[in-house]
Amino acid sequence: MTSPLEQKKIKIAGPSVVTANRTWDGIVVYRTAAKSWSADLSEAAIVRNSDEAKALLAESVADDVGAVGAYIAPVQVGADGKIEPGNLREQIRRTGVTIGQPAQV
Amino acid sequence: MYAYDEIDRTLVNERVSEFRDQVKRRLSGELTEDEFKILRLQNGVYLQLHAYMFRVAIPYGTLATNQLRALAHVARKYDRGYGHFTTRQNIQFNWIKLAELPDALEDLAKVGIHAMQTSGNNMRNVTSDQWAGVAPGEIEDPRIWSELIRQHTTLHPEFSFLPRKFKIAITASDHDRAAIKIHDIGLKLIKNEKGETGFEVLVGGGLGRTPFIAKTIKHFVHGRDILSYIEAILRVYNQYGRRDNIYKARIKILVHELGIEKFSREVEEEWQHIRNSSLQIDDEVIEDIRSRFTYPAYEKLPHMPDELRQAAADPDFEAWRKNSVAPHKVQGYSIVTISLKPIGKPPGDATAEQMDALADLADVYSFGEIRVGHEQNLALPHVAKRDLPALWKALDKLGLATPNVNLITDIIACPGLDYCSLANARSIPIAQELTRRFANHELASLIGRLHINISGCINACGHHHVGHIGILGVEKNGEEVYQITIGGRADENAALGTLIGPGVKFDEVADVIEDVVEAYLALRERPEELFMDTVKRLGVEPFKERVYATR
Repeated sequence: MTSPLEQKKIKIAGPSVVTANRTWDGIVVYRTAAKSWSADLSEAAIVRNSDEAKALLAESVADDVGAVGAYIAPVQVGADGKIEPGNLREQIRRTGVTIGQPAQV
Repeated sequence: MYAYDEIDRTLVNERVSEFRDQVKRRLSGELTEDEFKILRLQNGVYLQLHAYMFRVAIPYGTLATNQLRALAHVARKYDRGYGHFTTRQNIQFNWIKLAELPDALEDLAKVGIHAMQTSGNNMRNVTSDQWAGVAPGEIEDPRIWSELIRQHTTLHPEFSFLPRKFKIAITASDHDRAAIKIHDIGLKLIKNEKGETGFEVLVGGGLGRTPFIAKTIKHFVHGRDILSYIEAILRVYNQYGRRDNIYKARIKILVHELGIEKFSREVEEEWQHIRNSSLQIDDEVIEDIRSRFTYPAYEKLPHMPDELRQAAADPDFEAWRKNSVAPHKVQGYSIVTISLKPIGKPPGDATAEQMDALADLADVYSFGEIRVGHEQNLALPHVAKRDLPALWKALDKLGLATPNVNLITDIIACPGLDYCSLANARSIPIAQELTRRFANHELASLIGRLHINISGCINACGHHHVGHIGILGVEKNGEEVYQITIGGRADENAALGTLIGPGVKFDEVADVIEDVVEAYLALRERPEELFMDTVKRLGVEPFKERVYATR
């Protein structure tokens, strides 16, 4: 996982969000514009340049009790404003494993 | 089985209390994640893609039935109803909540299980042959010595902040089922000309970004000196091992850069300082540990009972028996390997129901004992041959009688990008597709022994370097790409595989492996010539030509 330390020099190629894992249970969460965390990607704050990304990441990392391991992740924003993960890793984090889980099959 | 003494029980229970307090302080914000991370890692807790992952140790791969039931309980109560057996005799739970972890640890502590030595830059869970104590021809039970090392290294301050993690594996058989040559220290139990027990000591093995096969550093170290010798190795590593670069911090890099001769001189010099110290092991210490292992009261049973003779008429039973049943050191008994590689399912996973049911079967048929192997399968080590037909029927009902042990569908695979935060590519779906392609038992048997190992990143948790066919997932321009190696092996003749060419896409991997296998079947001189024999005879070129001629 790319740590905030490694993301000091932030360059983003497109719309991005800050994602992390909620501290008490570890689930995937996204930083919202209301300075909170949400498990729903559609509620994530979108950043579009390095300065915005840096600021959102700094604010997210500071909320160490709420979530852990915050980092910037790419997203795609559709014409209708719908937010989708920008790569396979983030797709898997959002929708879960791509395989049937043993207890469910 | 090994019975923990009061010291061990106290240690495990105190650890739970400490961790409960640490978690409480983390959740209240008293501890930051930076402060907490090392504490959680010392208790087997990682942060993965979807959740925290909890890794529990199964020292030298031995489990009692109450312990397996406790693992099932944790899977059911705190996780999503299953666990994943790893390549180092651990089990991982993928969906644990941090807030509930102390309770899970407490439940495990009641049956003497813990998560110490499963993560962090310390001495990891000591692993051994899953057939320890029952394999014919074994020098002696290697778990006695594994337990000695476990006791000495657990929470040992000198080994708790090493440059990197440190893994030891022990075998006592000529055929190495513990993969000792890919460990930081590999120990092979041997006898000297006086009949005394000792070890051939190997050092500097490991996979990951820079793979090495371990080299012999000393041909014989007397059993009484093994702790001091290991400590000497660790002191040299602690002194010279690199802490400035995580990629160069393992002992394999130090051994490679110093050279085995210089490294062994350094160890020898250090050893002479500490050899005749309190680290020298009295026979009584070994005997005390030995006395805490209990062995079954075997009956005198016939080599070929009637039940087995009659069951031989059933071709499905015979297919399973020939594949999954191995000779035992005691006449009338067998070692049964339980494949955790059903066709189309994730390798190494077991549900809580399967674990509970297997514990029941082990109570009835295997003196209450289960083993865990590094190939991500389980074993029942003491099954009377007369019970094999009944056991097979019961296993079959549980989906645990796939007759594919050591065959092409007995795939080792890491969790990959479906679970792991380090992974670049998925491993499990590749394994699933390959098991479907080679699901036909007659085809798999025709192919014979062939190990496919898959890793979803260069860290090599799926041991791809030492797979007969190795598959390494990498990421290239945002896509999963897989590199194929051929000719690796993890046994007593351990070797690293050779890359056959450019990586292939996710959807092409199974086709490529089919090509490699078809090439082997066409190239082998006779049916008994195994895949590895053909590769040894011809090299990788014919396989490379077959794979890339049309790609």
